Amino acid sequence: MNVSYQWLSEYIDLGGIEPQELAELLTRGGIEIDGVVSRNAGVTNTVVGYVLEKEKHPDADKLNVCKIDAGTGETLQIVCGAPNVAAGQKVPVALVGAKLPGDLQIKRAKLRGVESQGMICSARELGINDKLLPKELQEGILVLPADTAVGTDIADLLGLNDSVLELDLTPNRSDCLSLLGVAYETAALTGRPLALPEPDKALLPSADKTADAIAVAIESAEACSHYAMRVVKGVKIGPSPLWLQNRLIAAGIRPISNVVDVTNFVMLEYGQPLHAFDAAKVKGAVRVRFAREGETLVTLDGQARKLEPHMPVIADDERAIALAGVMGGLDTEVTPDTVDILLESARFAGAPVRKTSRQLGLRSEASARFEKGVDPERVRGALDRAASLIAQTAGGRVTDGVAEVRLASPEPAVIELSLDRINRMLGTSLSALEAKTIWSRLQFAAEPAGEGAWRITVPSRRGDITRGVDLIEEVARLNGYDRIPTTRIEGPTTTGALTKPQAIRRELRKLLSEAGLSEAVTYSVTSSGRAALFPELSGAAEGMRPIGLAMPMSEERSALRATLLPNLLEAAAYNKSRRNASAAVFEIASVYHSAEEKLTTLPAEHPRLAFLLTGNRIGAGWNQTATAYDFYDAKGIVEKLLARLGLAGAVRFEQAQPGDFHPGRTAALKLATASGEEIIGYVGQLHPELQREFDLGDAYAAEIELKPLYEAADSRIVYSTLPRFPSAERDLAVVVDGSVPGASLVEAARQAAGEWLESVRVFDVYAGERLGAGKKSVALSLVYRHPDRTLNDEEIAEAQQSVVARLEQSFSAELRK
Amino acid sequence: MKDRLEALRVEALAQLQEVADAGRLNDLRVHYLGKKGQLTEILRGMGGLSAEERPVIGQVANDVRAAIEAVLADKQAAFDRAETARRLAAETIDVTLPGRSVAAGSVHPLTKVTQEIEDIFLGMGYTIAEGPEVETDYFNFEALNLPKDHPARDMQDSFYITDEILLRTHTSPVQIRAMKNADGATPLKVICPGRVYRRDDDDATHSFMFHQIEGLVVGPDIRMSDLKGTLLQFVQAMYGPQVQIRLRPSFFPFTEPSAEVDVTCTQCGGQGCRMCKHSGWIEILGCGMVHPKVLEHGGFDPEKVSGFAFGMGVERIALLKYDIDDIRHFYNNDLRFLGQFARM
Repeated sequence: MNVSYQWLSEYIDLGGIEPQELAELLTRGGIEIDGVVSRNAGVTNTVVGYVLEKEKHPDADKLNVCKIDAGTGETLQIVCGAPNVAAGQKVPVALVGAKLPGDLQIKRAKLRGVESQGMICSARELGINDKLLPKELQEGILVLPADTAVGTDIADLLGLNDSVLELDLTPNRSDCLSLLGVAYETAALTGRPLALPEPDKALLPSADKTADAIAVAIESAEACSHYAMRVVKGVKIGPSPLWLQNRLIAAGIRPISNVVDVTNFVMLEYGQPLHAFDAAKVKGAVRVRFAREGETLVTLDGQARKLEPHMPVIADDERAIALAGVMGGLDTEVTPDTVDILLESARFAGAPVRKTSRQLGLRSEASARFEKGVDPERVRGALDRAASLIAQTAGGRVTDGVAEVRLASPEPAVIELSLDRINRMLGTSLSALEAKTIWSRLQFAAEPAGEGAWRITVPSRRGDITRGVDLIEEVARLNGYDRIPTTRIEGPTTTGALTKPQAIRRELRKLLSEAGLSEAVTYSVTSSGRAALFPELSGAAEGMRPIGLAMPMSEERSALRATLLPNLLEAAAYNKSRRNASAAVFEIASVYHSAEEKLTTLPAEHPRLAFLLTGNRIGAGWNQTATAYDFYDAKGIVEKLLARLGLAGAVRFEQAQPGDFHPGRTAALKLATASGEEIIGYVGQLHPELQREFDLGDAYAAEIELKPLYEAADSRIVYSTLPRFPSAERDLAVVVDGSVPGASLVEAARQAAGEWLESVRVFDVYAGERLGAGKKSVALSLVYRHPDRTLNDEEIAEAQQSVVARLEQSFSAELRK
Repeated sequence: MKDRLEALRVEALAQLQEVADAGRLNDLRVHYLGKKGQLTEILRGMGGLSAEERPVIGQVANDVRAAIEAVLADKQAAFDRAETARRLAAETIDVTLPGRSVAAGSVHPLTKVTQEIEDIFLGMGYTIAEGPEVETDYFNFEALNLPKDHPARDMQDSFYITDEILLRTHTSPVQIRAMKNADGATPLKVICPGRVYRRDDDDATHSFMFHQIEGLVVGPDIRMSDLKGTLLQFVQAMYGPQVQIRLRPSFFPFTEPSAEVDVTCTQCGGQGCRMCKHSGWIEILGCGMVHPKVLEHGGFDPEKVSGFAFGMGVERIALLKYDIDDIRHFYNNDLRFLGQFARM
């Protein structure tokens, strides 16, 4: 909503309040002003001139030489290039010394040898947005009405010495979609009195009865609660007077014709949209009803609209003639030939208007106002105001009476509120007098209702106020938010602490970033193709279905992600295309799973951790050679984070072949739980085909479910006594089949070595021709220790012997000697 | 004999004085003090001395030995020092070459800012509440006083999955869930960080997915002045004690009264600059007193308790804090961008 400062000052004295100050005042009061724009873009010394003569320029086909009377006492000769200039016109003339927008200085000049003492201006040259002008005025120079006085300052004439306040209204303050609303607000903020129009007094008596000309009916009460019409007979359609055009242009609305301009003017003034029909084209009575199945309507913009039965329309006896509250119909449009008009003012229900305008993609000034709700008590006032202004600007006679149906008159809200409640809610210590002053500035009727309490009747224009808290807000904002003190919450203290999952996520972020990985944040929505990757991780392998958005903005963002890794692949690819082929990234976020084809319940949200390593772990340097990431880097990170959560022994890595991973280089993570083992994720190299798809080199990744880790994580630390006796370390190497997992050898050794085994680890793995095809040698290092004494050689040898025996027995291992 | 000893002393000390290397020093040690050395040689004649002379000569011999040994030790120490110095000099390396790099990762700037805000509120006795990102229309809208067809739903066009299920448009539904979980118990003090989604075309300042942190306090006699006090405490912890706040009336369906909150421009300290459009203030928060209907939906009696709520966009805070010019940087995950946030 754009509000002209000059226009506003017709209703309230703004003396001493500059536009910028007014903007500040309104903003601090809750009506945010986005900007204050001067309508004068830099026009000086430009006046109305009369074109006495026009002759062709002797040396230039496209130029004319005009003789102009600009009221300066002398006849000016001005060369003008506009094709539409003609003798007898009133035009804007920038005199020598004038300034025009764009730092244009008008000087005495010679154009192709002919002297020119000024410039005849187009609207654009005057800094007027010519999109807001009637078509005929957009081309060439601006031709002014014939009755304009020569010598009049053009800025005054076109209302350019004005500022426009751009309101950024919150949805509750639709009352300020009107000049009157902004005037009430200004009055409340300044305490100054209002001077409102009194349209009923402006109407002349008439012998013609409206009832003889038109009948109206509301057939669908859900669409409309109040429908009123007046008839203006014998109008003469033409351009509006300049004052009216200026108002509309200041508000950003294009003047069209006197009748249409008045309806727009009154809509801006009262906030009540109006519509004028050509009475000759309306057949029979006018009614509000819902559209019929298959009904169509050509709207004012020339579009044929297919109507649906939820769309409210205005209809005559034969057909729909307007989309109620949204747009008029072309058939009954006011045209230059129109003589009698039907003027409509109505209160259409917001929801159907909203639905209709959305569905048709047709949002108008009218629909915006109906959607938010119009003042039920302004339907008649606006109608009368418009009728009287049409009579004033287009001639014609307003018939006597109103054709009207009013089904409901909403009861005004009456709210009881005490000073104590206000002060307790705000933390203020306002007095009863201060509160009363606020009621009176708002022009809310407030009767006393006991000690320090009022019964307040909210005027119909403020439909947003329905409860005590709404009134408290009025007090708060008019008293000033800056006058609310700052206090500390009273009452018991509370303890702030992270939950276990929150603490774990923080720990993991810290751990991974310190391990050299960068945290990524990626979108939760992805393409359906990406959502289908990694079937084991996405749950697709277990019957989970993709979750698509109903109306995606693009195919790339059409489905909820079911895994994290595709986004990390994208991040790595993004970096690679920017010459950064090495990436170590992780993300902690939720994925969404549901087995339902169409959701009836919320999908499961699984918090997960994923990371991806590609390129070099160590870059080449003067003292080191580049080292590429491999599987064991990824696994090492997983082991590190499991250890941090106290789960080093609780998770087993098992060879696995989940989709989109390298079938020979991937492990499932199996967490031991009370009910057995649960797969909580995978770590491995990505499938070479997938790597290629993302144009990446070898990439190693893991994606791990966090909820099971939250539950299993064990942060308890219990000290164990440091050993007092020396340990003994023994190595052994066995040759086994290449497919025997190293972890199985370690586990078997651990079981066989007896109670004094302290640790066992693989320290070398070797495969080579000497061992035979498909064979490998695995070297284990075992550490033995007794807590209370030194072990002797025999005891250790015995333990080693049983390890060897177990390995021979279980894995057909051969001891290397 | 005494004379011989004294002569030995003079001769030995003179010789030692001129020694220039450790080998020669050792030779002299053997020559004078060794088993077959000069001193032993002289002392062999002790047997011919009288009982009176013997201790006197013994004393002299010890003095001579001590004198030679002292010089020997000094010389040896000097040679050792020189040797060490030589060795260390040979070990010199170029300390200006770069060190062996320790892999450096980073926490995402949005995480950093979120954790910073969380920590401030944890210190103020809040807990962190979380809720689903895929929400029901009820929790996302209706319980927040945004019934179907409410015009304010315009402000946050949403990604629906079905008519009743959508990607949450704000973290406010978590407030309803937190209130329901509290089961009427007060005081309730939570903050709710998380991802939210709105149907916005992405550009330098808009992203269809972004992050919010909201706060909620419910208790008996919670006042709007408490809200102001809380926010002031927060922004001063975040931006420094010189920072002030300014509340402007605004509208949110779920609060009444509602306000938008500006803080002193962090760039110019309120003097006015390009960042604050010369106003000296930067808008960072929305807030208000919890609407009675919202309290009811959360299972509280608005006649008995009151509350305040506030919310902010994490991206906006991070853009301002780090002077980032384009919100899309947060989601591109360019390592050259992420790497800039590796500091404490």
